[in-house]
Amino acid sequence: SRSKSSVEAAPAVMAAEDNDEELSSLEDENVISASEDEEGSEDERKHTKLLEAISSLGGRRRMKQTERSEASLQVSEFSVAADGAGEKVELSDLLGTMEKTPGAPNKTKKQLKNLQNRKDTLELPLSKQETEKVFIIIIIYVPYFSTIRRTMQHYFQVILPLFREDEKRGEKLARTPLEQEIFSLLHSNSQPIHDPVLTPVEEASIKAMSLEEAKIRRAELQKARALQSYYEAKARRESKIKSKLYHRVQKKAKRRDFLKQFEEMVKTDPDAALEELKRMELSRMQERMTLKHQNSGKWAKAKAIMAKYDHSARKAMQEQLEINKDLTQKLAVPSEDEDEEKNGDEEAGALPDFVNDPEPILDPVNPWMRGKLSKEEPEPEVEASTEARDEDLEVQQQQEEEEEEENEEEKLLREFERKRKLREDEDDDLVPVPQEEENQIDEDDKDEEEEEEEEEEAEEVVSEFNSLFNRLMKSNTTPAVPDQNEGEELLDEGLVRVQTMEDLEALRKDRTNEANQEASVPATDTPTAPESASEPPNKKKRRRKEIDLKKVLTKQATVVKVPLAPTVLEEEEEEEVHTEQAAIIKEAFAGDDVISDFLKDKRKQEEAGRPKVVDLTLPGWGEWGGLGLKPSKNKRRKFRKKVAPPPPRQDKKLPAVIISEKRDASVAAHQVSQLPFPFQNPTQFESCVRTPIGQTWNTQTTVRKLTAPRVVTKMGAIIEPMSREDLVPKQKSNEAKRGAAILLEEKRERGKKKGSGGKRALNLYSQ
Amino acid sequence: APKRYWEETQNATKKVEAEKSSDESKQENTDKEKKTDPFPGDAPIPEERMKKFQRGNKLEVPAGTRLKLRETLTRSEAGSDLAQNQSARYDLLLTEDALEGEEDEDTCTISQEDIAEAVDITSGSKHLLLGGRRGHVTCIEWQTKNLMCEINVMETVQDIWLHSEAMFAVAQKKWLHIYDSSGVELHCIKKFNDVLRMQFLPYHFLLATASATGFLQYLDVSVGKEVAAIPTRCGRLDVMAQNPYNAVIHLGHPNGTVTLWSPNQKEPLVKMLCHRGGVRSLTVDKTGYMVTSGLDRKLKVYDIRAFKPLHSFFLPAGASCLSLSQRGLLSAATGDIVQMYRDACGGAPVTKPYMAHRVRGTVWGVGFCPFEDVLGVGHAEGFTSMIVPSGEPNFDALDMNPYRSTKQRQEWEVKALLEKVQPELISLDPGMLGKVDNATFEQKHKERVEAVGYDPLAHKKFKPRMRKRGRSSAGSVEKRKNKVAHEELK
Repeated sequence: SRSKSSVEAAPAVMAAEDNDEELSSLEDENVISASEDEEGSEDERKHTKLLEAISSLGGRRRMKQTERSEASLQVSEFSVAADGAGEKVELSDLLGTMEKTPGAPNKTKKQLKNLQNRKDTLELPLSKQETEKVFIIIIIYVPYFSTIRRTMQHYFQVILPLFREDEKRGEKLARTPLEQEIFSLLHSNSQPIHDPVLTPVEEASIKAMSLEEAKIRRAELQKARALQSYYEAKARRESKIKSKLYHRVQKKAKRRDFLKQFEEMVKTDPDAALEELKRMELSRMQERMTLKHQNSGKWAKAKAIMAKYDHSARKAMQEQLEINKDLTQKLAVPSEDEDEEKNGDEEAGALPDFVNDPEPILDPVNPWMRGKLSKEEPEPEVEASTEARDEDLEVQQQQEEEEEEENEEEKLLREFERKRKLREDEDDDLVPVPQEEENQIDEDDKDEEEEEEEEEEAEEVVSEFNSLFNRLMKSNTTPAVPDQNEGEELLDEGLVRVQTMEDLEALRKDRTNEANQEASVPATDTPTAPESASEPPNKKKRRRKEIDLKKVLTKQATVVKVPLAPTVLEEEEEEEVHTEQAAIIKEAFAGDDVISDFLKDKRKQEEAGRPKVVDLTLPGWGEWGGLGLKPSKNKRRKFRKKVAPPPPRQDKKLPAVIISEKRDASVAAHQVSQLPFPFQNPTQFESCVRTPIGQTWNTQTTVRKLTAPRVVTKMGAIIEPMSREDLVPKQKSNEAKRGAAILLEEKRERGKKKGSGGKRALNLYSQ
Repeated sequence: APKRYWEETQNATKKVEAEKSSDESKQENTDKEKKTDPFPGDAPIPEERMKKFQRGNKLEVPAGTRLKLRETLTRSEAGSDLAQNQSARYDLLLTEDALEGEEDEDTCTISQEDIAEAVDITSGSKHLLLGGRRGHVTCIEWQTKNLMCEINVMETVQDIWLHSEAMFAVAQKKWLHIYDSSGVELHCIKKFNDVLRMQFLPYHFLLATASATGFLQYLDVSVGKEVAAIPTRCGRLDVMAQNPYNAVIHLGHPNGTVTLWSPNQKEPLVKMLCHRGGVRSLTVDKTGYMVTSGLDRKLKVYDIRAFKPLHSFFLPAGASCLSLSQRGLLSAATGDIVQMYRDACGGAPVTKPYMAHRVRGTVWGVGFCPFEDVLGVGHAEGFTSMIVPSGEPNFDALDMNPYRSTKQRQEWEVKALLEKVQPELISLDPGMLGKVDNATFEQKHKERVEAVGYDPLAHKKFKPRMRKRGRSSAGSVEKRKNKVAHEELK
């Protein structure tokens, strides 16, 4: 109960903060009056002080007894509030004293009274951790991030992630002063810091190729594209072939080719071979992990049943078991040579899948670009394969039976090859390959690539698959070489074209001049606004409220001369005559009648639109009532409710027009009835909505700009939450400011003009 | 051997500096070479043209506005500015052409034969639908003269309307019929009787019909539903036109008035007195002009946005049929003569026609071919097409492509259906949708009550449940009622 009392008392203290001096003094009085030993109090205090001083001298501190200053009715001498009934301090007690004290302000009294009525307890305070968290958020993050957030909201588009990977790296690389200096130097000379080897100038020069070069380049690209499409088509075609025999044969051929390739590699490039071996081992492990070749499949079960009666099935089973055995064999960590010999067979089975994929060919060093595809011959392949056979004797010994089979298969394969070649030749005829280009490219590359050339010559003889695979291997081993070559080529181009750059500049200038001239040509006739043409018929008319008959339809008609006089029709049908006559009669009798009818109608409408006066007088109330007695004028005036006059009619100034004043509720259902958030009055909203953004009303560029998304995320990029480290230093240094990739046109503009928000927005769109 | 960038010569590095687009380097350049752009910035756009594409007034953002609001407003203003500038800039691409006479030669005296000799027309297929008074209906491709269908409905044909080449509506003596392109009758709509005139609102898919019984009816052809039937109480309705700007239907009446109608109101939006005699013919332009001709032999031009008369011409014989082309060329038929007036609406009053042509019989109807320089004239002796420089040369292929193929037509149909404008949005001001509805709550509530038929917010009166065993006696019922009333008072 004691704790409750303290809790209840607490709001009083807190709420009356402004007056807490008085309150505390009051409390003190209370305490002192209750303690009853006023005389000895000073001595006691001195004594306690002395005790404290003594205790502080000693090493261990004694538990200090805190002096209670809490208000309670009975305060014990041991400074502990005693339990017991009637001990609880009621607020009313305090209030009583308040009322007695003359100096207490009324406001405080009121507050206390209100508190007295309150019954709810105080909420528990947050835990320490939570308060710390809140503190961190409020003190450190909020002001900081809120500024960032506000600036982000200014932007028309935010591209996420905010920092490119390389930019981030660049920032983090430059730690030491030396590094920073180097980076700043690179920056100032607009040299690239990271992977792209080309400077902006070089890139520009590449863009500004001369016509012939551009043509050559285009032809190259065309060829590459054509080749690519051939191979895609071919791969598609081959993948569609359903013949199992064909595929089996194909697989075996591939296996053989690979083996041969691998042996070659062992000789030329043992490192790569080792790597390849590792990869093969990995794929073997992967296959081992699967349940393939475990003799548990549908096919294997069927074969097992058939094996009793069918020789071929038995053989297939045998093969399967062999493979399984090979796969499940536990391998001692072998030396290179052993591995090759042992796993020769396994390698074959473990061809990586990407072999079958058609590859996009973009590399200029690539043998495919040479256009010598049609020169392939099948014979050396066979030779090669026989060579391969000679070389791995052990394998041969093991699989003599297979070998015989293979010979047959080879025949089949050759046939397939031949057919394919025929088809390819046809394809090649379709696309003429310019010979000159090839020569040129060859010349360019000759110096640097002699060795490669030799290799390639050898390769060209080999089948397509082989070379493709070869290329893949090469790219694995020496990835840097082709890149450099390419870069150098491009550079070479750049050096040649310094002049063209100048030309380009000149061209650009010319173009701008032209554009300006075009614009300066005055616009052709534009239709004048009809409003200017439509003058008000008569200003005096407007002033008058009553409409005169004379002033309706008084426009003077201009007589039009027609060169061809209408022929008078003599023979007309009877109906027409009738209508014609009726019309004449009507014309004769019309005149003013039509006009007065119309005006009557208009007056009627006006009357109907006017709100009626409501008479609420009750006869007989407050005065004499009865037959023949009317309520007095005074009373009627008193009880007649006048309704505010409606806004003036739209057709008030148009004598010959009646415009309906009825509200169109059907449109209202689709209208905005409540003003959306940032707008403060309807005109603001309406002006925002007035420009349509659709394609029907705007040019294409406008539509794209007006409907650009607020946030653009790059595909595949990881968007990390903003961290303080990323942004704080950037704000400090100008160099880093450039790095921020909130790519906006606005940003570009910022350097030039530091105008108001409106100006910036204008600049943004006027690009 | 090619050089790397770090091996470049001094010369090249200098160029690099020159290339830099930063301000400082530019300044340096100017100092050195004193070369400045004589025409800085974008090419200026003439103000007249800017005015043409203006969309409402620009809003000035007052100084004290909140940040968020200011941002929104400036952003939208920038967008509108961009749209306006771009449109004005590309207006250059829209070209126009007209018939120009030689010096002191009257253009109205140039005969059609001369023009036909000088002009060569090529264009995509367009369809012409003809309805004869005695029930002959035919649809042809008017350039190739290929006959698509020809039928005789064996009844008087009042009016005929072609939506797309796939379907057409014929107002016959009694009912409204719809035929397909091969002349097969698809529908006979008996809700629409005695139809005299029809207008098709292409963006709303509404077929508006005016009948002899004084009814103005709207048929939604996309769903085949009658949207509205308005008793106009104005007698026989045989003069009708639509305003292509806001899809409001104009009706001409024998008492010289023209009334404007929308399907949402049972009374005319506007009623204006145009002629002393009855209105004979009426046509409306999309830029806001209305031309009427009456029995008083006058031809009047109105500015329909302000409802004010602009010009009044007196034609010796009066005009029986009127038509305005896409570019504002007015054709008026008086007896057997078809006259063309150029700038009859906007410019100064005309005293003589631009072109004139005499056909072989009394003219019954005139109609301009959209996007073509051709005017079709139906008369007592048949059909004549005239060459008149009237068509809009710059069509918007996204909206209406005269050269569209069958596939494109199908695509367009789907798109048009998706973008169909609801009939509720038809009103005098088509921009109403972009405005804030500032009606009071009471007004809205009243409308709601009217629309729903009862007051949804009204307090339901308590009805005591029927109870058995004497507990539904009058006294106890009253008691219960009192109890509830007491509860409610609390």
